[in-house]
Amino acid sequence: MTLHMEKGGISISARRFLWKLSYLQRKCIFSVLSVGRLPTHISFIMDGNRRYGEQRNLKEGAGHKAGYLALMLMVIYCCELGIKYITAYAFSIDNFKRGPDKVQYIMDLMLEKIELELSKKDSLFSRYGVKVHFSGNMELLSDPIKDAAKRLMVATANNSNTLLTVCFAYTSRNEILHAIQETCQEKLAQIQLQESISEGRISMCNPGQGNHVLKLADIEKHMYMAIAPDPDIIIRTSGENRLSNFLLWQSANSCLISFSQLWPGISCWHLVWAVLNFQRNHYYLEKKKKKQI
Amino acid sequence: MDFKKETRILYCWIAQIGNLLLRSLWRLIHVIINLCYLTLGIAKAFESYLISWGILRRYKSLQVAKLRYLAIVVESKDACQTSKIIELLQWLADVGVKHVCLYDMEGILKKSKDFILEELDGAILFGEAYENNEIPDQAQMTLEFASFSDGKEAVAKAANVLFMKYLKSGATDQNQEEAIFTESQMAEALKTVGSGGPEPDLLLVYGPARCHLGFPAWRMRYTEIIHMGPLKSMKYGSLIKAIYKFTMVRQNYGK
Repeated sequence: MTLHMEKGGISISARRFLWKLSYLQRKCIFSVLSVGRLPTHISFIMDGNRRYGEQRNLKEGAGHKAGYLALMLMVIYCCELGIKYITAYAFSIDNFKRGPDKVQYIMDLMLEKIELELSKKDSLFSRYGVKVHFSGNMELLSDPIKDAAKRLMVATANNSNTLLTVCFAYTSRNEILHAIQETCQEKLAQIQLQESISEGRISMCNPGQGNHVLKLADIEKHMYMAIAPDPDIIIRTSGENRLSNFLLWQSANSCLISFSQLWPGISCWHLVWAVLNFQRNHYYLEKKKKKQI
Repeated sequence: MDFKKETRILYCWIAQIGNLLLRSLWRLIHVIINLCYLTLGIAKAFESYLISWGILRRYKSLQVAKLRYLAIVVESKDACQTSKIIELLQWLADVGVKHVCLYDMEGILKKSKDFILEELDGAILFGEAYENNEIPDQAQMTLEFASFSDGKEAVAKAANVLFMKYLKSGATDQNQEEAIFTESQMAEALKTVGSGGPEPDLLLVYGPARCHLGFPAWRMRYTEIIHMGPLKSMKYGSLIKAIYKFTMVRQNYGK
């Protein structure tokens, strides 16, 4: 593994030794954490990549590359801890408002990284049993990225240890509207089928009188994030305290944690702290979840 | 055979001791964390008293105008403490916050709304003043009361409104890949079902955990969420600090 240690002067064997040492350290820490209840689903708002690059006077886009490495490390840590679902907010529909060259850079980076993972025989995803899923309005993306994303989803479809959902071209409002649209079209198809069978009148009920045609459960099953349970923890970096149109529907009982660290600087210790905070509040949040059901 | 049996018993003992050590270490870590939070709580309480007494000067001038709409999320079992709620609202009125949405999951606050409005001189219900999707500019304090039914259930009702309009429009033969509903149509539909309302700039959570407890998802895109601790230990100084920190935030809205 050479993700983090790209500086010259360290031999490969030394890197391997340091990695193994850090692995043993994590194993000890995670053994202690595992005494308590572990979260099933952790989400990340990966904020701060640009600022990371600007603060270190790196060239344009280097912050996002560092952010990608941080995500891969976080996936490894979560897999080692036994987290079943990981969600990362990679690109918001609102981010299309940025300059075209900045948007194109992120698209090119995403394409490059997907192609890199697909080309490796022993990729991180296959080694850790990670199934990758892309959530979002993929129609807003160019064909090469859509195609690459589909190929990565197919390539990792048989992995079953952890599901990594990458929210790309995603916002919660778009997700809700999309789910309503899909539900409407499904319901319309049912009505048209019934009409053709009965050759009679379509019965349409006034929604204001309590007999709804569309049910909440119908809408929820069409959400992009229906493939995973609601997140237990949502972690945001860069010290911001908002969700920025991310998992608004699913986060009613999520423990919201904010770190002042920029995303590329996130470490295993932040994850440990987040899990400890989740464990502190676990009984309270479980009670809330049960009341909702 | 005896040796194998004894080895098994030994491993069993080692595993049990190991488990006991891990459990003890885990409990110790949580005790230390709770002590850290207790210390932090004492420091925050001290700071809030300094703010209340006007000793910390930077909190004296608040740019409250930046806070157009404030939401308060309260744990439902604390929502029965209407005297605390009224005290909090009076603090907000003193600071100059004009428009407040009170939310609790079970709708306890909705049941007490008449009493709360009566106790607060001049406060009116937000719905009476909210027109054309704009927050009204007026001297009176406006209060909105929301609960879990204004979240997902309201979206389901709004979806039915949109569906009926869609069927009546006759545009059902359009390309099914194209978007048929827009965000503004959804906002209108939510208003129709009685769950429209502006997006709060700031959401203060009074409860044990930093968790929005199902506040209407449609209205929380860029809302700053601050955890204030339990309602029973609310402090004026902490409220001022939270509002001050909000006024210092700069958002890019995705840019």
